[in-house]
Amino acid sequence: MSSPAAWVADHLRAAIGSLGRLSRTRVASGMTAAVLGISLALPATFLLLLQNIESTTGDWDSGAQISLFIAGGVSEEEYRALATELEQRSQVQRTEVVTPKAALEEFQGISGMEGALELLDENPLPPLIVVVPSAELDAGALDTLTGELGQLEQVDQARLDLEWVQRLHAIMELIRRGVWLVAALLAITVVLVVGNTIRLAIENRREEIVITKLIGATNAFIRRPFLYEGAWYGLGGGLLAVSLVELGRALLYGPARALSELYGTGLLLHGLGASGTFWVLASGIGLGLLGSWLAVGRHLASIEPR
Amino acid sequence: MIRFEQVSKRYPGGHQALSGLSFTVSRGEMVFLTGHSGAGKSTLLKLIPLLERPTNGQVIVAGINLSQLGQRRIPFLRRRIGMIFQDHRLLHDRTVFDNVALPLVISGLPHREIGKRVRAALDKVGLLARERVYPITLSGGEQQRVGIARAVVTRPPILLADEPTGNLDPALSEEIMRLFEQFNRVGMTTLIASHDLVLINRLQQRHLVLTEGRLVEDRPAGASA
Repeated sequence: MSSPAAWVADHLRAAIGSLGRLSRTRVASGMTAAVLGISLALPATFLLLLQNIESTTGDWDSGAQISLFIAGGVSEEEYRALATELEQRSQVQRTEVVTPKAALEEFQGISGMEGALELLDENPLPPLIVVVPSAELDAGALDTLTGELGQLEQVDQARLDLEWVQRLHAIMELIRRGVWLVAALLAITVVLVVGNTIRLAIENRREEIVITKLIGATNAFIRRPFLYEGAWYGLGGGLLAVSLVELGRALLYGPARALSELYGTGLLLHGLGASGTFWVLASGIGLGLLGSWLAVGRHLASIEPR
Repeated sequence: MIRFEQVSKRYPGGHQALSGLSFTVSRGEMVFLTGHSGAGKSTLLKLIPLLERPTNGQVIVAGINLSQLGQRRIPFLRRRIGMIFQDHRLLHDRTVFDNVALPLVISGLPHREIGKRVRAALDKVGLLARERVYPITLSGGEQQRVGIARAVVTRPPILLADEPTGNLDPALSEEIMRLFEQFNRVGMTTLIASHDLVLINRLQQRHLVLTEGRLVEDRPAGASA
């Protein structure tokens, strides 16, 4: 190639030329782009949902509580003193004492088992100190604190009410793996669809390729429009995927907001945003290029003028 | 400009297309290549832009020994050779202008320069008024002239034509051959395969005769049959 300007001009010509060809077969290229769009929209939706769930459950960590069940034989004065003592610790934000009597009343209020409870001679419920740890503690520090409190003489058992959050995180990790697996499969689908489409395009233009080779076109020159075609498909699919995701979000927005109001959480269903949109488009273009690159590598070399 | 040294070509399957061919075409010469169909004219022409490679012997074009030319350099060799085919080999989904412009686009010429050169080439073959039409709407002779314009638009030092008048009537054939003479006169080394002996004899150019892949006669310019 002679100069940078000529190089740029060549690329522009190839890019615009292949776009022109695609627009001449609008229905067929539209359908290909739709297949790509759906294939890209599915993993994008899953990943977005995951992200939303994570951002919602993220602040639930701070809602952790440690329940200290007091051993039998510890008097009310003693455990009230313990509660006050614990409050002095820097890791503890506040404590709350639940006497057996209060616990029983609460239990009667919600369980509807007043009759059954009345049959009991004495109150079977142990006294309880609810410790609210300070918000800065992470999961590891919470575990350590729970262990320490469990060692206290007056405490029968200490339980961190974080287990279910941890379980949720474990489940999320599992789902995340699954989503990436599905995303990988759909990425392969995109590559194959583009590859096959480009293979057909090469077949349709066999005569043109032969003639341009005859008059001295380099392989790079012949390859270029097909690579751009793949990239255009990828971009089209990516744009479609972004629209599908945003459309889906718009349809779910009302119910999601109602739900978030009921639970008093922050806004549910964040959108793709600038970076998400960028990644969807970039993966579309990247996969489109990869597919066309594979097709071009396999099929162009076999076309030689005779 | 073009030198063949003991060139043989055997196709896979055993057909011996050329055997022990040696000749030289000097810079600026115009040479006709004749012989019956299957005598090896097309094969000989295909060896020059490396559409085929010889089984034995050497082909030297513009000082380059083609047996030492790597695959990646072939496009640049072909850009220096204008080729004309009996079946024109035009792109039917592009206009006459775009067809003729293709070699310049491939060479990466600036847009403005392309327009100028394409019109000059079309003017020379008398088709300037038809630049916007599609080749399919042209007659056979006109399509061949588009092919010629495409071959000469880059002003290549070498011009090769394989049966350029094969499907044309005598008057049109002569017109085409006169066109080649004009290009030859401005310095293009021209090699034309044809079996139109009457016309060739009238043009009084150098004339190679092939029979079954062998060179049987090398008649210098000016000698008549």
